[in-house]
Amino acid sequence: MPTTEPTRNRTVLVLLDPATEVRSSTLELLTLGRALGRVEAVTLEAPTVEVLAQLGAYGVETVHQAEIPTDALAAAGGDGARHLPSVVAATLAAAVRRTDADVVLAPATFGAKEAAALAAHELGAGLVIDAAAVEEDEVGRVVAGKRVFAGAWDTRCVVTADVAVLTVRSNAVVPEAAAASVATEVDPLPVALAGTAGVVVTSREVKERAPGRPTLEEAAVVVAGGRGTGGDFGPVEEFADAVGAAVGASRDAVFEGWFDRYIGQTGVTVAPRLYVGAGISGAPHHRGGMQAAQVIVAVNSDPEAPIFEICDFAVVGDLADVLPQAAAALRAHREGAGA
Amino acid sequence: MRIVVAVKYVPDINAERRFVDCRVDRDPGVGTLNELDENALEAALRILDALPEDEREASEVVALTVAPTDGDVALRKSFQMGVDRAVRVTDDALAGSDYFGTAAALAAGVRRLEADGGPVDLVITGMAALDGLGSVVPALVAAELGRPALTLAKKVDVADGTLTVTRETDEATETLAAPLPAVLSVADTANTPRMPNFKLIMAARTKQIEAWSAADLGLDAAAVGTAGARTEAVSAAPRPPRPEVELVVDKGEGGTALAEYLIRNELV
Repeated sequence: MPTTEPTRNRTVLVLLDPATEVRSSTLELLTLGRALGRVEAVTLEAPTVEVLAQLGAYGVETVHQAEIPTDALAAAGGDGARHLPSVVAATLAAAVRRTDADVVLAPATFGAKEAAALAAHELGAGLVIDAAAVEEDEVGRVVAGKRVFAGAWDTRCVVTADVAVLTVRSNAVVPEAAAASVATEVDPLPVALAGTAGVVVTSREVKERAPGRPTLEEAAVVVAGGRGTGGDFGPVEEFADAVGAAVGASRDAVFEGWFDRYIGQTGVTVAPRLYVGAGISGAPHHRGGMQAAQVIVAVNSDPEAPIFEICDFAVVGDLADVLPQAAAALRAHREGAGA
Repeated sequence: MRIVVAVKYVPDINAERRFVDCRVDRDPGVGTLNELDENALEAALRILDALPEDEREASEVVALTVAPTDGDVALRKSFQMGVDRAVRVTDDALAGSDYFGTAAALAAGVRRLEADGGPVDLVITGMAALDGLGSVVPALVAAELGRPALTLAKKVDVADGTLTVTRETDEATETLAAPLPAVLSVADTANTPRMPNFKLIMAARTKQIEAWSAADLGLDAAAVGTAGARTEAVSAAPRPPRPEVELVVDKGEGGTALAEYLIRNELV
């Protein structure tokens, strides 16, 4: 799909927030965007030189960088307010108006979803949340595919308004650089921020990202631990390191205080190539957040665990035995392959 | 203090959920109150519980839903938890609403409640509806009402006309404040919803549910429902079932078998 030429001369805007790094989810949006038209990026802050180079490699000639009135920003709590959904939405709407864009693509984070919705509200645009695929139909309309009901159904909807605003799930497409890299210019975008309706950011602590591991949302391989870990995530982490995976947990494990981020329909939704659940029974809440994974593997000591019903491969056994043995075998395999 | 809690009638996530003609099948046999709305109801009731008795007496929590008559299931459950009043907005013109149509209908319901009974200080919602999982309706209701939205709150505090929340976003831990009136959505980590007591369960059976039409709210029928929707569902199909699971019982070689499966299928 990404390699097909768009049939219409669309302008596609991709939200890049923060602008200090280009994540794989952004590369996926740029790849999707190029299949729909000419891609430009929208940021809330100055992109770094490295970011500009990556954008250029993905065919982005123009970055629209919001110029937000400092007094409006100060009234909303200063620099942290830059990432408020209302501010991001005003920026996206201003960028659409200036470029006469047809499509806006944003990642599927909670903040980006709200910003996308508010921008679509202001623009009278059609809105799709958490698309798993984006393409055009035979008459050139934007069509989104979604995987819903915990991965059990596929739906498609067509945007009938002039402008389409979509948030897209990670791993919807394999990132692919443009055939030729281009020079990327930053274009200041004046944003007339009417205000944030009284919302003030009184504190904002940016989360550290675990070095050397992909983020949960974006990882191609995810390993998750549940109640069956008994609170010891050691085997889960060891196995994750052996396969280069991100680590997550079930909601129960997070409520127990064993881990900080959970996979589930109200937590992080993942759609990796491979999901491995260890000591996770597979309650509907958890399944809602991972069932769209391409391959599902489970390790559980309970042969009746519901997760076995949705698995491709399963081991009935103690994860504290199974995971370290598997990790050792995988490390040996990698060394044998000379990698 | 006057609080409106927007609630939704959804298919039970433990039941087999499906689409009929591209719309969520709202089979009354498996319909229920969206579980995440219980956190919203709990948040509202706790705010009132914290008030001095005379203020509590003058306060109310209203459950508001946009649904066909089957949606009463969600409102009855809201009564069981302790809301004072329940209103259902029902109109054929609202069928097929997109996010914006739903938000417009909820906002119109809030405005009607204000016209009838004075200002609404807070509109509270859950963090998502478990059927659509969009999580954008609270922000859109706020936009419709021209009020601030503080969403996905993990911790909620209301004092001196100011709403303060702490929340975890993907990027940061934030504390946000906004003046009332405001719109609030609460995360499922915000509280543990109360269990209905016997007295409330009995009383909920006979409590009156008020029903309003689109016209009662002054809603333009062309702006909501299928007529006003800016997206159109064109297909819905169940995914093919997964192939039979390959199951290994660990007798000392389970980890090796797992590694071999991953290597054989080029997953690592």
